[in-house]
Amino acid sequence: MLDKILFLLCLASALADERCMPDTPHGFQVRLSIKTALGDEAYVWNENEMFLFRASLAFAMRNHMNGQQFEVSNIIVCNETMRVSFWFIVTSPLDTSQLIDQENVEAAIRQSRNRINSAFLLTDKTLEFVDILPTLATLYTHPTPPWLIVFGVVMGAVSAGIIIMLVSSVVQKKRKTNRKPQDEDDDEETRVKTVENGDAHDGIHNMSFSEDERFTKM
Amino acid sequence: MKLSLSNPGLDDRILSHQQLDKLEEDEAGDRPKWDNKAQYMLSCVGFCVGLGNVWRFPYLCQSHGGGAFMIPFLILLVLEGIPLLHLEFAIGQRLRAGSMGVWSAIHPYLAGIGIASMCISLTVSLYYNTIIAWIMWYFFNSFQDPLPWSQCPMDASLTGFVSECERSSPVDYFWYRKTLNTTPAIEEDGGLQWWILLCHICAWSVLYICTIRGIETTGKAVYVTSTLPYVVLTIFLIRGLTLKGSLSGIKFLFTPDLTELAKPTTWLDAGAQVFYSFSLAFGGLISFSSYNSVHNNCEQDAVIISIINGLTAVYAATVIYTIIGFRATERFDNCLSGNILALLNAFDMAEGSITDNNYNQVVQHLNETHPEVIQGIDLKTCDLTTFLSEGVEGTGLAFIVFTEAITKMPLSPLWSVLFFIMLFCLGLSSMFGNIEGVLVPVQDLKVFPKTLPKEAITGVICALCCLVGLIFVLGSGNYWLSLFDTYGASIALLVVAFCEMISVVYIYGIDRFNNDIKFMIGHRPNFFWQASWRVISPLIMFFILVFYLVTKVSEKLLYKAWDPESEKFPTLEEKLYPDWIYVIIFILAGIPSLAIPFLAIWKSILCCQHTQKT
Repeated sequence: MLDKILFLLCLASALADERCMPDTPHGFQVRLSIKTALGDEAYVWNENEMFLFRASLAFAMRNHMNGQQFEVSNIIVCNETMRVSFWFIVTSPLDTSQLIDQENVEAAIRQSRNRINSAFLLTDKTLEFVDILPTLATLYTHPTPPWLIVFGVVMGAVSAGIIIMLVSSVVQKKRKTNRKPQDEDDDEETRVKTVENGDAHDGIHNMSFSEDERFTKM
Repeated sequence: MKLSLSNPGLDDRILSHQQLDKLEEDEAGDRPKWDNKAQYMLSCVGFCVGLGNVWRFPYLCQSHGGGAFMIPFLILLVLEGIPLLHLEFAIGQRLRAGSMGVWSAIHPYLAGIGIASMCISLTVSLYYNTIIAWIMWYFFNSFQDPLPWSQCPMDASLTGFVSECERSSPVDYFWYRKTLNTTPAIEEDGGLQWWILLCHICAWSVLYICTIRGIETTGKAVYVTSTLPYVVLTIFLIRGLTLKGSLSGIKFLFTPDLTELAKPTTWLDAGAQVFYSFSLAFGGLISFSSYNSVHNNCEQDAVIISIINGLTAVYAATVIYTIIGFRATERFDNCLSGNILALLNAFDMAEGSITDNNYNQVVQHLNETHPEVIQGIDLKTCDLTTFLSEGVEGTGLAFIVFTEAITKMPLSPLWSVLFFIMLFCLGLSSMFGNIEGVLVPVQDLKVFPKTLPKEAITGVICALCCLVGLIFVLGSGNYWLSLFDTYGASIALLVVAFCEMISVVYIYGIDRFNNDIKFMIGHRPNFFWQASWRVISPLIMFFILVFYLVTKVSEKLLYKAWDPESEKFPTLEEKLYPDWIYVIIFILAGIPSLAIPFLAIWKSILCCQHTQKT
């Protein structure tokens, strides 16, 4: 039983091989760079991995073309190289002699690109579908540009500082001018006191409060 | 050489030694004073150590024979920098006035030197603060991950990247388009760029708050602005040394090429770098030193500050080149991986069959067996030395090369913030000296009434400079800035410094000067100072001045423009200046230089008229 299935499979693949060739108008080339992506944790590319690839591609085709039950056998692979690159074509599940056209295959792959990538722990760059450009990730645009926020903070701090400095110098100046007449009064009072004490024996005329030119004006 | 011109009346214009001592004792006089010696030293170091140490010196070092450049640099530092610095410190400390006051006191006909210094300081203040505005813009933009200059923005249809960015690079695009929004030629002004205008106003506001009360506030600010750059440089050195390829950068920088020493341009570039690096002839250093006590040891200060300046330049060069080495290695590795991938894909060879080590052999082998395929792939030449010698200086180094290197380091926003804080502090501390060189002569000229407080005068000057500086906020601002930088601060400074030396040595009198120094610091200046002040330094200044005049006059007036329409894009295109630029150049370079003889003649005419009347 198993022999028969194997024979049929080989026959099928041998028959389908003619349509799968490099630069085929119905398929794509795939390149994997496993060592670049995973370094020491790279897995070895073998038949099982190829089976997974064909299965994930069938999954992508099923997702894209609703209703059609793509199987692993519908994904035909050829020209495997040491690079780990190969070509593949997709046959229709309803009629294996018919190939799915390139646009549908491309659309299917684009739709499920992320799922295919993650099945192999690879990225758009390391699992390369030649001639299918990956869709660019949209950059996150901030609602308010962050630089404006930082600018606001700095400018606010600087403006506050300027106002504080100006106000404090005005206040300092006012204090100086207030203190100066006070100092003059204190000086006059001390001089007045000494005169009073000196003239204590004079008695009658209190000269301290007269407009005396003895006290030189400051 | 005891040549000395007669200078009658000098004693009437300056304070005698006894008067100075009395002034010191009584602590009378309304001249501001430093709180402590550290503030003075940090202010001078901050003024001298500026952006040029970080982005001009490493370029010169690398392009003039690496380690060998240290030899002319250090020799000229000793023969030209230190004597000039000592001279400015001593004359400021002795005559206790800013640049206007000092030269007018030495001889009334020399007032032109003070005016020239003020004009130069004003010109430099205008454009220097715009550079600080650009630095602030990058600083504000560093608080996001990923950094905005790490990737190209998408175009309008969201199918690809903006074409200008694709053809050049994300860092180029961010600098020329997002920051400057530069026009293709200097004639097109492009209008004010509002985001740079905001940063411009912010930069002038920060400067205003730091200089609002003169050295009372700048003296406190320099504690941060003069020390922080060294901290950041050290952090970058440690980070840089742990990156791959840093040592190849340092090796490239310091590998000596002694054949460069035979070229005169090396010596002249070294001399010019020493001169500009010391911020001489701006008048700021004279002002700073005039706030010192009379018996401050200015000789020691000059030597210390010169050594610090020289060492900082070398240290900064080392740090910069660790990062440049990392960037070059990164580019080289990418180039090589790209080539290897192309080969693997073309020949369907297994991954890992071509490595960095066997790359050359494999290419050779494949070229022999399949030459057509190799031709078809178009392999790029990857040479580490080419990447390392993409010698960039000035704004290109800070805003393009270094920012690109930062995007490749982990935790990029942190390094970006630190880098731009460092540049900001370096620029701001130099601006303190520049503004000092403008404010003090303005106060000496009594342009403003005496009743106006210092805060108001500073505010008016800052506001006026901010307004005039709007020219650098235009789309063509970058071209105007390099015009001002090339012509505003180069020739005029050399002329002023030369006149300063001649005035002090021959008009003030070297004997009187020696006695003054003996009075101030206790001993006469020794033979080295005598020889350098009288002969060596003036000769060096003269040679550099002649060389500069000859090269500037003979070269065509070209500027490099960012023109997306040009064929060689993204390489900058060299364009000719329009004819009316000659007028601007004359105003920038000619007016300060011609102010010196012009004012001398004018004052002598006034004096003659005065003596004729009496």
